[in-house]
Amino acid sequence: MNRNELISKANEALSSEFEVEISSIVPDANIKETLDLDSLGLVDMVALIEGLFGVKIQAQEVNAITTFENMYDFLYSRLNG
Amino acid sequence: MKRRVVITGMGIYSCLGQNLDETLKSLYEGKSGIIFDPVRKELGFRSGLTAKLEKPDLKGVLGRNQRVYMPEQCHYAYLATAEALKNAGIDNDHLAASEVGLLYGNDSTAEAVMKSIDTMREKRDTTMIGSGGIFQSMNSTVTMNLSCIFKLKGINLTISGACASGSHAIGLGYLLIQWGLQDCIVCGGAQEVNPYATGSFDGISAFSVRENEPAKASRPFDRDRDGLVPGGGAATVIIENYESAVKRGAPILAEICGYGFSSNGDHISVPNVDGPSRSLKMAIRESGFDIRTIGYVNAHATSTPVGDRNEAKAIADVFGNCKPEVTSTKSMTGHEMWMAGASEIIYSMLMMKHGFVAPNLNFEHPDEDSAKLNIPSKRIDKQFDIFLSNSFGFGGTNSTLIVKNIKQ
Repeated sequence: MNRNELISKANEALSSEFEVEISSIVPDANIKETLDLDSLGLVDMVALIEGLFGVKIQAQEVNAITTFENMYDFLYSRLNG
Repeated sequence: MKRRVVITGMGIYSCLGQNLDETLKSLYEGKSGIIFDPVRKELGFRSGLTAKLEKPDLKGVLGRNQRVYMPEQCHYAYLATAEALKNAGIDNDHLAASEVGLLYGNDSTAEAVMKSIDTMREKRDTTMIGSGGIFQSMNSTVTMNLSCIFKLKGINLTISGACASGSHAIGLGYLLIQWGLQDCIVCGGAQEVNPYATGSFDGISAFSVRENEPAKASRPFDRDRDGLVPGGGAATVIIENYESAVKRGAPILAEICGYGFSSNGDHISVPNVDGPSRSLKMAIRESGFDIRTIGYVNAHATSTPVGDRNEAKAIADVFGNCKPEVTSTKSMTGHEMWMAGASEIIYSMLMMKHGFVAPNLNFEHPDEDSAKLNIPSKRIDKQFDIFLSNSFGFGGTNSTLIVKNIKQ
């Protein structure tokens, strides 16, 4: 999966699950603020990503993923690493 | 000194209607809400009969962060409660400024539990259950969700009393208000309708197998009854201290005048006569009413052979030569279980307010015990101002409520 495909797949799923406009999901945006995630919502995001890409984001890794760009980087490196 | 307790609002989501108006129409017309569901047969059910309920779509009504914690029955409970609060004239400002309580009957949340366990078994990773799993899987799911959605600040408690849960919720709320511990409580009962909620119940051969005639399957008190039909939804009543209801200009619909309860202390599933009889007598004693003033009895009768027979005996024992109309609205709704004690207060209230007794559908041939009661199989147009409602549950828990009309 190339990076653009990864971004497109992630954005569509996040937009659908968390009911936000897909246009609001931009690389520099803060994930928690954009998706309106509290600590419980964050669990759902981790589960969604795991279900979608088969990549588990560990608890200690979540804190480092602040923006969508961070997430794309993380996923791309894990899928192509 | 005991305070007076009144009903100021009602709301319902049932197989008879998705609001009070629709439900009133179905009651008046004697409409059955029972269908045959082939999915149940595919799952190995002995009976494919069930009440028909459409799951509401709350997207756009509640946010994703609210809906994610709500199992099926919470959707029904939300809509019933929103309708009840609106009819009681209670808005968000009032809720924010008061300590409104919440007592709701619920005694299972099977589908949510099952889905969580299925995910755990399949994925071997509990994170994949998602954040909603825990909140949907607890028996108190209805009260935890409603209290957060409506920002309620008073008592917050789920009542699990099997098929008497909804009735006990109202009865216990009545006591709390009567003794001055709360001024206003949202009371009710909710029941999931998905097949997983009732598979084990079907497994003990408790359900009717009259699958070729779904509308005739639930036939309380009839000689040829062969079991109950599961149903569900949610029903909410707003109960308040009379003085505070008057003070805020609330619509005062009726007064709760008696709550009786008892335990059979007997078999886990087979009801007896003594327990229900004591519950009825306690409610009547508490109300102080002459039984001749009770114009209608909403029976618990679920259409099971033993349960209906023993309730008929208990009612005949208590009422003697008085012959108020006795019907079971379960002939239309099936058995709404955790919801039934609350929904049947609403069905009875709608009848009392509109001057009729809905038919006990399918009562074609009495048996030896039901022959002693006055059970109309057709709608009766009559005015009555006091009714009694019975609810009994597994483990021998019994609850009886007596409600008096208030005309404003």
